[in-house]
Amino acid sequence: MASLGSVPEPLRGSFPNSASAVPTSTIPLRHSALVRITHWITTLCFLALLVSGVEIVISHPRFYWGETGNDLTPTLFKLPIPSSRALVPTGYGYVLPDQNGWSRYLHFQAAWIVVLTGLLYAIYGLFTGHFRKNLFPGSADLSWRGFSVAIAKHLRFERPGQAEAWTYNVLQRLTYLLVIFIMFPLVIWTGLAMSPAFVSAVPATVTLLGGQESARTIHFFVSVALLLFLLIHVVMVCLAGFRNRMRAMVTGRTRAGLERT
Amino acid sequence: MSDFSRRKLIFTGLAATAGVSGLGIAARIAQKYGLIPPDHGGIYGLGETLTYAAQRLLTKHSLAREFSRSQISNPPFANEMPPLTEAFKRHQAGGFADWRLTVDGMVDRPATFSLAQLKSYPSSSQITHLACEEGWSYIAEWIGVPLSHILDVVGIQPQARYVVYFSIDPDWWDSIDVADATHPQTFLAYGLNSNELPVGNGGPLRMRLPRQLGYKNVKFITHLTITDNMKGFGAGLGSASPEGGYAWYAGI
Repeated sequence: MASLGSVPEPLRGSFPNSASAVPTSTIPLRHSALVRITHWITTLCFLALLVSGVEIVISHPRFYWGETGNDLTPTLFKLPIPSSRALVPTGYGYVLPDQNGWSRYLHFQAAWIVVLTGLLYAIYGLFTGHFRKNLFPGSADLSWRGFSVAIAKHLRFERPGQAEAWTYNVLQRLTYLLVIFIMFPLVIWTGLAMSPAFVSAVPATVTLLGGQESARTIHFFVSVALLLFLLIHVVMVCLAGFRNRMRAMVTGRTRAGLERT
Repeated sequence: MSDFSRRKLIFTGLAATAGVSGLGIAARIAQKYGLIPPDHGGIYGLGETLTYAAQRLLTKHSLAREFSRSQISNPPFANEMPPLTEAFKRHQAGGFADWRLTVDGMVDRPATFSLAQLKSYPSSSQITHLACEEGWSYIAEWIGVPLSHILDVVGIQPQARYVVYFSIDPDWWDSIDVADATHPQTFLAYGLNSNELPVGNGGPLRMRLPRQLGYKNVKFITHLTITDNMKGFGAGLGSASPEGGYAWYAGI
């Protein structure tokens, strides 16, 4: 039993000697239905936002700071890519096709769906204790020792133990908290700050960021950070055991931690 | 079938019925209060309707930010344009002396205005931000006559819901709802930064809506039609923009 580490409470005591004897219906779900559904809706929306966002950036791959910026003003930085607009000085001798129409429709539709999904998830997380139980790190983990153990394990590319199939380690918890409570709110805020109608009602949305072009630049950087998170997340899932982790997030069930190996 | 699964089935059925009828009622209320945009159909209709409805509830009367004179972008910026039409070039050669703005549709007194007449009305100016959907932007001082003043002169009828505006370029037309048309910052602009409005910025007459993106600010305006229904205009999607793939409502 000791080797099971932090297996959820209901599992303890009811553990038979052989995992194959456990009827699947008595095994608690690794992820609740709401977490699984909101996870995959968010995934689809993020991919839609990413593709359409890239298309929109291509029409003006120049970034500025402050309220204004255009082809006549200095940039903060430029992306070294061709543009879908002839007026943008890119250094390339050709212009890409304009894809902004459907990209913008898709971007805002996906934004609505992901924001409503996120709200549902946040309400669920608050009221069921999901955030408290599964995401907020325990005080023991928040020590130097807790951190150094977790970081050392990651640096050695150590495959997670059986216990970790049922819980998140401290680095995972902090990363998910960062994505859910900092990066997503920030990308929504900076997105709203680019809406001329929204900022007419709530001007602080844009003034606090230093201007509409600053909002656009921050929106870009947070999107890049979210893309980095996605890539690392997928790599970690593969390293931890793709089949088991995917099964857990699709069906809710996992055999990890129940098998005797 | 056990009691439990029967109860579950009945509950799910009731919830689904309530959900569908709830959506139906919501759609009716939205229609009644003018929360449905003309381009509400198709696969992106949900997002567009949510955006437009949310903005109408939140921003009906809000004012776009105005800036100080020192924040005006220098040099002024003018975007690329399709080639000028022959008709436009003739007006340009004549110094726009024969440029006319015709207003018709659901109005008590249809009228035609020369630029001199428009300039004889009390002028108004605003230093506002213009953002293009592509991502660039500039701040300029726009001088013109508030559209609401013109609508008062012609007597807009109470059942009117949209103001359709046409460029001299027949491919270029758009529309706004009455809330935007009567908004105090919605201008027919004829001046920029204390000068005549340059052709590159839409002169001699441009629709100026600081609460919507650049492409809604159609250049070279010659004609306004007031209507209660967008079905008879183009493909019925509200403007030339959705026909080219862009959203009708550009306040985001």
